[in-house]
Amino acid sequence: MELLTFGDTGWGDELFYATLMTIAVAITAMLIGFFFALIFTPLKLSKNKFLNLVANTYTTIIRGVPELLVIYLFFFGGSAAVMFVASIFGYGEYIEINAFITGAFSIGIISGAYSTEVFRGAIQSIDKGQFEAANVLGLGKFGKFFKVILPQTLRLALPNLSNVWQITLKDTSLISVTGLVEIMRQSYVAAGSTRDPLFFYSFAAVLYLLLTFLSMKLINRLEAKYSRGY
Amino acid sequence: MINSLPKLLNAAAITLKLLSVSLIIGLFIGLLFAILRLNKNIFINRFAYGYSYLFRGTPLLVQIFIIYFGLGQIEYLRTTFLWTILKEPYWCAIIAFALNTGAYTSEILRSAFQTIKPGIIEAGKSLGIPNKIIFYKIQIPIAIRQSLPAYGNEIILMMKGTSLASTVTLMDLTGVAKYIISTTFRPVEVFIVAGGIYLFMTFIIHNIIKFLEKKYSFNS
Repeated sequence: MELLTFGDTGWGDELFYATLMTIAVAITAMLIGFFFALIFTPLKLSKNKFLNLVANTYTTIIRGVPELLVIYLFFFGGSAAVMFVASIFGYGEYIEINAFITGAFSIGIISGAYSTEVFRGAIQSIDKGQFEAANVLGLGKFGKFFKVILPQTLRLALPNLSNVWQITLKDTSLISVTGLVEIMRQSYVAAGSTRDPLFFYSFAAVLYLLLTFLSMKLINRLEAKYSRGY
Repeated sequence: MINSLPKLLNAAAITLKLLSVSLIIGLFIGLLFAILRLNKNIFINRFAYGYSYLFRGTPLLVQIFIIYFGLGQIEYLRTTFLWTILKEPYWCAIIAFALNTGAYTSEILRSAFQTIKPGIIEAGKSLGIPNKIIFYKIQIPIAIRQSLPAYGNEIILMMKGTSLASTVTLMDLTGVAKYIISTTFRPVEVFIVAGGIYLFMTFIIHNIIKFLEKKYSFNS
């Protein structure tokens, strides 16, 4: 137990900050994922064949290729791509991208593909009458989307979004390969320097279980809130 | 880009081997725990639930690391015959994958068993078929049919999961891709080739499952 004390002698404070980092990466990635879903869901639902193809390519590639490979692509290719763009604007110095940004972005792209599918399914399962009713009431495009469609979409999407959140949370463990100090990386360092991998990896497992358990409780509350009246 | 193809294809064979071995073991584990979940004894029931909660609530990476780095620490294990298995990264990866997919499979099969209409089991009983035969000849085939779409997804998720074998020094498709990327600094090209191979495998698995679904669909 003295391994977990706070301060210089134990790993308690390091693991605590690492847990906060995991939460921060997971939330950022989820938000980036929502942003991608916001772009690609309309493309998926569009009647234009080309736009459909673009969105389907995105979701098919991301859902068929391992997360680790996507992370390696951005980890090794990210700074090269940014430097290429910078060189167009006449900036030739070496640019190194922060591990947090690389990690959150790559997990975000992955989570976005799953969120897109969830939102598409939710919008498609909304009764056609709702769209027609909104039209009949003379609501504008924005009013129709934000006041009528979105609240219902959220209710239908929440159970599946909670799955996406669990996947995203667990995927953050893969960012440890880029050196970002989150739970997995910190456990790796602690296990290496104390030669006690069994304890630290088991403790990491407990931390992840705690995170998934607490987020489930929170999501259940949200679900209850959005499904009142049903 | 072309030069890397043979190496990556060789590595893809390792990925497929890891996938198929762990799926076969995982299917047995999943079936066993699905049956335990349906048991009326609360301890057996809770035990099976705990297993699936534990393996579904933690990242696969943690599970591999505990088995590969953690178990070797126990002095006692080093003296038993288990050590011949646990010192190999290949078998550690397979144990982790099998236990992980077993947890998800048990959930898929459990919900499939629970959606079987009681009328079907009652019909079997009224025909005087023994309980054991009802289970093996009626419940299991229906459950397998019911769970095919979800199990297909699980196979694809597991295929992506095998990429984590590269973190314990195995040179699977992702491991080799990472090696080529870090020696040639051509991330995009390697990603396209390796990703293409993964997508091709996804495509094949998807179609096999679709074919099986059609073959075993009820005429209704």
